[in-house]
Amino acid sequence: MSKTVKLRKGLDIRLVGVANKVKTELKVPKTISIKPTDFHGMTPKMVVKEGEQVKAGSTIFYNKYNESVKCSSPVSGKVEAVVRGAKRRIMEIVISTDGEIQYEEGTPLDAATMSAEDVKEKMLASGLWMYIKQRPLDVVADPNNEPKAIFVSAFDSSPLAPDFDYVLHGNNEEFQAGLNALAKLTKGKVHLSLNGKAPADSTFTGAKGVQINKFIGKHPAGNVGTQMHHLDPINKGEFAWSVNAQDVAIIGRYFLTGKYDARKTIAVTGSEIKDPHYFEVVSGTNLTEVLEGQITSDNVRVISGNVLTGDKVAQDGHLGFYHNQVTVIPEGNQLKFVLTKGWMSPGFDKFSNSRLFPTFLLGKKRFRLDTNLNGEERAFVVTGELEKVFPFDILPMQLVKAAITDDIDGMENLGIYEVAPEDFALCEYVCTTKIDIQDKIRQGLDLIGEECM
Amino acid sequence: MKFLENIVHKMEPKFAKGGKLEKWNPVFESFATLAFTPAHVTKKGSHIRDGVDLKRTMMTVIMAMLPCLLFGIYNTGHWEMVAEAGDRSLDFWANGGDKFLRGVIVVLPLIVVSYGVGLTIEFIFGLIRGHALHEGFLVSGMLIPLVMPADVPLWMVGVATAFAVIIGKEVFGGTGMNILNVALTARAFLFFAYPTSMSGDNVWMSGNEVDGFTGSTALGDLATFMTDKASVAGQAVVDGAGMDTFTNTYSVMDSFFGMIPGSIGETSVVACLIGAFILLVTGVGSLRIMASFFAGGYVMGLLMNLIGGNVYLDLDAHYHLIIGGFAFGAVFMATDPVTAAQTATGKILYGFFGGAVAILIRVLNPAYPEGVMLAILFMNVMAPIIDHYVVQANIKRRLKRVKTA
Repeated sequence: MSKTVKLRKGLDIRLVGVANKVKTELKVPKTISIKPTDFHGMTPKMVVKEGEQVKAGSTIFYNKYNESVKCSSPVSGKVEAVVRGAKRRIMEIVISTDGEIQYEEGTPLDAATMSAEDVKEKMLASGLWMYIKQRPLDVVADPNNEPKAIFVSAFDSSPLAPDFDYVLHGNNEEFQAGLNALAKLTKGKVHLSLNGKAPADSTFTGAKGVQINKFIGKHPAGNVGTQMHHLDPINKGEFAWSVNAQDVAIIGRYFLTGKYDARKTIAVTGSEIKDPHYFEVVSGTNLTEVLEGQITSDNVRVISGNVLTGDKVAQDGHLGFYHNQVTVIPEGNQLKFVLTKGWMSPGFDKFSNSRLFPTFLLGKKRFRLDTNLNGEERAFVVTGELEKVFPFDILPMQLVKAAITDDIDGMENLGIYEVAPEDFALCEYVCTTKIDIQDKIRQGLDLIGEECM
Repeated sequence: MKFLENIVHKMEPKFAKGGKLEKWNPVFESFATLAFTPAHVTKKGSHIRDGVDLKRTMMTVIMAMLPCLLFGIYNTGHWEMVAEAGDRSLDFWANGGDKFLRGVIVVLPLIVVSYGVGLTIEFIFGLIRGHALHEGFLVSGMLIPLVMPADVPLWMVGVATAFAVIIGKEVFGGTGMNILNVALTARAFLFFAYPTSMSGDNVWMSGNEVDGFTGSTALGDLATFMTDKASVAGQAVVDGAGMDTFTNTYSVMDSFFGMIPGSIGETSVVACLIGAFILLVTGVGSLRIMASFFAGGYVMGLLMNLIGGNVYLDLDAHYHLIIGGFAFGAVFMATDPVTAAQTATGKILYGFFGGAVAILIRVLNPAYPEGVMLAILFMNVMAPIIDHYVVQANIKRRLKRVKTA
């Protein structure tokens, strides 16, 4: 039974630099990296040493506290460096490639006819498990848990997001194979949620063995958290899993070919990109070649992911594991004079969800926003603004306050099990207090993980 | 603006950590951020942020109060002339320039004292706590003079402001942490500490009143109907003619436009509505609170009509909304987001009961001619309880999901 959900709340941030639908074909990068920090809360135990040769699909590390969960290399080459941070924490594993990719050869499998145990085992052994995320806590799924349902969002509504209909066009077979594998992992349903505002590609509309739902509304309609809340909300003690649409295709490719082939198409976007368009890359690719000759000014921030939830990376940094886009926007580290660009300016260049700037009259205009906080950190004064962009039956401000004050009972009651930091990205954007709300929610989730899970 | 920017850059190291004037950094920061939005950038999470900040929000509220302020200044001048002439029938619009000037002479010192005392205290607390000036007082400092009677001595305003800022706000932690509305705390303090200077018939008009003239307000007159000696504008009322005498003295139009005596900024409903329009269009003020506050007052007015029996109880419900500080309270006081209820449903309940209690106090308690102040302060105290039940309802709704599933 498919569902159509209309959402009234939310906000589409209109930024300059939407990717044109042109694709630069794959060029194997000089280096790729795997960042264990992308897998929140996981302590990696290295399997390979610096200088060792690996193939695409070779295990690089496994989870120290759950040894079956492994992470594999997406390319073949040499382990160039294991970068460590404070307390010798592993920050990044850099692998230099040999110009082409050699795969660990496996046999093609048909997930539809395999047993659930076999599918799970295959996915764990091949490193595909890393693509499955779990709520509560927003971490890599624990294979010992039983998910009530698995959610796949067929569209990304965040600012400048890649269009999955374009990206996955023609990948019907791989996508379906991936869904078949996921269907084995849960006794419940696999939910595939489409954008109700535009006709979806046949990759999605033709998907079988899943419940297809439609979501109509502004961002965060495309967030899997929003979809879970409206389709099958998580209660205490329950688990739900989610997988990115492109990652479903990667899983499917493994089952079809027997190879861990982590190619994906990313959108290179943002106001500081000369020619924003799509690139086919390998997961964790070095961005130097992608961004070469593309960045138009000096003082920029390169973000792996979208502007709301992505990670700041260097211009020669690497793409994050779960990211499908790179955004480049100007840094805002300049003083802004009160009357021309500051708080008393007319403000035609400021995008705001409040109507304190005349830009709410400008309809469809797109903006070039920088990374300035546009103010200073303050206490909570204004009320009701978070609620406008938070399409959950959850009280966002009360939950954030509970998270800030480490109030475990409060967080449990107010719905911490259903949310991930990314659900609060828009709240963080609009909030007058300028505090890092996503970070506060992350800390709250970590506390819950320690005390209650 | 490069010139100013250079000055800021030059001074910055002196006030930075380890600099000579390190201790004074909060003061420097307050002024620097007034002129320039600082170069702070996002670190993680959301890399871009909304253009809005607390300075802009508070500035918008101040702009919304300007119509009330300007009209209040003129009105103050008008009633000063009335009191001197001893004649209420003076043409409101005659001698405009003179009236405005007289008003400025009365009101400007009040504003200066309120901001001077309040900001000094805020800076001192900022220095102690090591943070820059928080913007909350920019609004409170303007609200305080607007809710004072014209004849209030300056020193009282200073004392009241100090009390409100220290006891009403800073002891709780400053802007955003207070339980009671700061401006109303100042007024309530004066109301109870110096009752003779805050109520009665002789405080509403500045200057010297001629002998025999009574500078009473509509609310003061109405309150007399609840006693044995009913009077309107100082004249005893003939039995049976109370309502007519009242409505002739304070016509609907006069009350709506604000050409009646009262606290400086509160009299004109038109000015309040212009302010409300600004607050609602920009989204700073809550429509839920404003609308439900008016609704609550109106419903309570109708209830009073049902009881009936004397002029005050029989007074048309819409009259309640346009006399005294009702409109001003609804638009500027009740909507203070820090002290109001914070949930959407809570805001409706908070506003409705606020309006209702205001009229209840006004009509049934002649000791307090103006009930709006006490009603809003009361609801400030009740707001967390309202929110508590709204939050509990949300929690229960989500718990029910488990049972039904």
